[in-house]
Amino acid sequence: MGEVVGIPRALLYYHYYPMWKVFFESLGGTVVTSGETTRAVLDAGIKVTVDEACLPIKVFHGHVLALAGKCDYVFVPRLVSVERRAFICPKFMGLPDMIRCNCHGIPRIIDSCINLSRTTREYIHAVYSTGRMFTGSMLRIFTAHNKARAALARYTRYIESGMTPDEAMAIMDLAPPCDKPAHRAVAAASSLPGASEAVRGSGRVVIGLVGHPYVIYDPFVSMDVIRRLQEMGASVVTSDMLPAAITEREAARFPKRVFWTLGRRLLGAGFYFLRSGTVHGCLHMRAFACGPESLIGEVLERESARCRDVPFATITVDEHTGEAGILTRLEAFVDVVTRRRKL
Amino acid sequence: MKITFAHMGNLYITVKALLEDLGAEVVVPPMPSKRTLSIGSRHSPEFACLPLKVNIGNYIEAMELGADTIAMAGGVGPCRFGLYGEVQREILKALGYEFEMIIIEPPQGRLRHVLRQLGRLVGRNPVGKYVRAARLAWAKMTAVDELEKVVQRVRPFEGRRGAATAALASALKLVDEASSIVQVKRALEDGREMLLSVRAPEGDAPDPPRIGIVGEVYVVLEPFVNFDVERRLGEMGVLVERSIYIGDWVREHLFKDLFRLRKGRRPYDLAKPYLCHFVGGHGVETVGHTVEYARQKFDGVIQLAPFTCMPEIVAQDVLPAVSRDLGIPVMTLVFDEHSSDAGVLTRLEAFVDLVERSCRRRAAKGARG
Repeated sequence: MGEVVGIPRALLYYHYYPMWKVFFESLGGTVVTSGETTRAVLDAGIKVTVDEACLPIKVFHGHVLALAGKCDYVFVPRLVSVERRAFICPKFMGLPDMIRCNCHGIPRIIDSCINLSRTTREYIHAVYSTGRMFTGSMLRIFTAHNKARAALARYTRYIESGMTPDEAMAIMDLAPPCDKPAHRAVAAASSLPGASEAVRGSGRVVIGLVGHPYVIYDPFVSMDVIRRLQEMGASVVTSDMLPAAITEREAARFPKRVFWTLGRRLLGAGFYFLRSGTVHGCLHMRAFACGPESLIGEVLERESARCRDVPFATITVDEHTGEAGILTRLEAFVDVVTRRRKL
Repeated sequence: MKITFAHMGNLYITVKALLEDLGAEVVVPPMPSKRTLSIGSRHSPEFACLPLKVNIGNYIEAMELGADTIAMAGGVGPCRFGLYGEVQREILKALGYEFEMIIIEPPQGRLRHVLRQLGRLVGRNPVGKYVRAARLAWAKMTAVDELEKVVQRVRPFEGRRGAATAALASALKLVDEASSIVQVKRALEDGREMLLSVRAPEGDAPDPPRIGIVGEVYVVLEPFVNFDVERRLGEMGVLVERSIYIGDWVREHLFKDLFRLRKGRRPYDLAKPYLCHFVGGHGVETVGHTVEYARQKFDGVIQLAPFTCMPEIVAQDVLPAVSRDLGIPVMTLVFDEHSSDAGVLTRLEAFVDLVERSCRRRAAKGARG
């Protein structure tokens, strides 16, 4: 059975969960996640964090608390940087400290420090020291890490083929990596760079959705924006579905390299949606008090004012957001986009 | 070419000295006012942090006075400050202003690079001139920091309310007007005299409460946005100590990368186990200095932060634990364009009341024991 590792279903769960899961399972652990975000989870998070913290951070605290009593460890990595010369966000850098100071009665925290901003050495050290909690064998840690990276590569491929994280994770659970037919089916569905091409057929209009994965993919936080848009007859392409090559190229049009990994992706995706003509509307969903998005959103808004072909809207969500308010705005936006298309 | 730059407390004295000595024409923006803030927030992104908005106001007011070049510092993150220059340029361009913005990026970290950027600002100069200008600017910066430290020690004991603040203003003017290092030294001496002479003749009140100020550098240094917290506290009879001075900021921002110096590790060591990793901005310093003030038996700590400041939110989140463990009252004041004078004052008074009470209690205990 082994040790049980709890992974909070929040923040970069939506980017890295398949990798973390494979890593811990290959080391003989069992992985559990907290459930979906609910009002109770959010309320628990709000209670222990400062008012000024952003919504995703509050949600994360709630998920950690929800894991209490369900596992031997909670995995709260300190994600400083996942690529050279770029960071995630200051709050991710202090996340384990915030959790430790505010959440009491939770299992032991695994706070691997992932920092690739300067060298790979720190990363190797982090992987190794995390692995050592489960096994003494270097070889096993090495293999587990390799498997985990392979899982991540596969997951990223699914996402870029136009799947949401839930769909991608479901497929990965169904079909182990050796399952060739399932693989081929997915490969066929993804005709890069045509994430947008693949989904275009089904809806009347295609909407490019720009936002942090932990905002747009969390049905509670985003008021289920993806499903709602689909119900209104729109197909949705998210910023994560664009291949990194595209977002990097587009983001490079900004005079300075954006030093947030996620922020650069949002900026590149926004530029692409606004300029490339692959979508009919571009929607930016952001969390209240998100630092990077306050500037990225501004740049996108100014870009959209320059190229007026694609309607652009920003929706800000926070813990008080009412469903009706969001729905009205989504409906209005889809109406605008649809009418534009008919003209 | 008329160069301008954003205000941050008394930083203008240093920057003006540096640029003017290198032969540039400088337009110092009017000191930040209600108007600056309202112009700035009208044109800035709603959720951007406060410094960006005040900067925009500064630039616009300076361009109204004829400035056509803006000098700004850059950065490599993760704090938003590193993108200020680029976003501000977009905002001002969209408003139709004609100007050039020169962003001096420290990260590339080569002296030659910084000099080349400076050269774009002030034209070609012999190296000796750079050295001379830098030394004068440095002397002025040190003098300003020194005067600000003196005024904090003097203010609670001033004979007439406002005397210390007035003396500081004239002392700063002397430093600003000095044109050589010798003159700066003399200005510093005179200024110190002036400040020390405002003490009440009847001698010092016994043992005033001591409060440390920590937080984000801009709101700590800029009295306009923090509603003059330091002066207010001083006039309530509190001995204020501040965790960061302009000199620290410049040293850290310009020279840390330039000369590959390791950052002073002290705040980092102190901040453990509460905050164990760099979080951008001054998050770790805020926590580290709070611990230090607690160890030095300060009576309270006030954290200042702009609304939505990411590093300070992390710090604010762990400060209650520090406060609990080390038994020091901590209050956080968050500023944005909606902050009001009365709101800040009320909270300061309440905090000082609390601190004074615990001070008295301790004194009574001391007398008994």
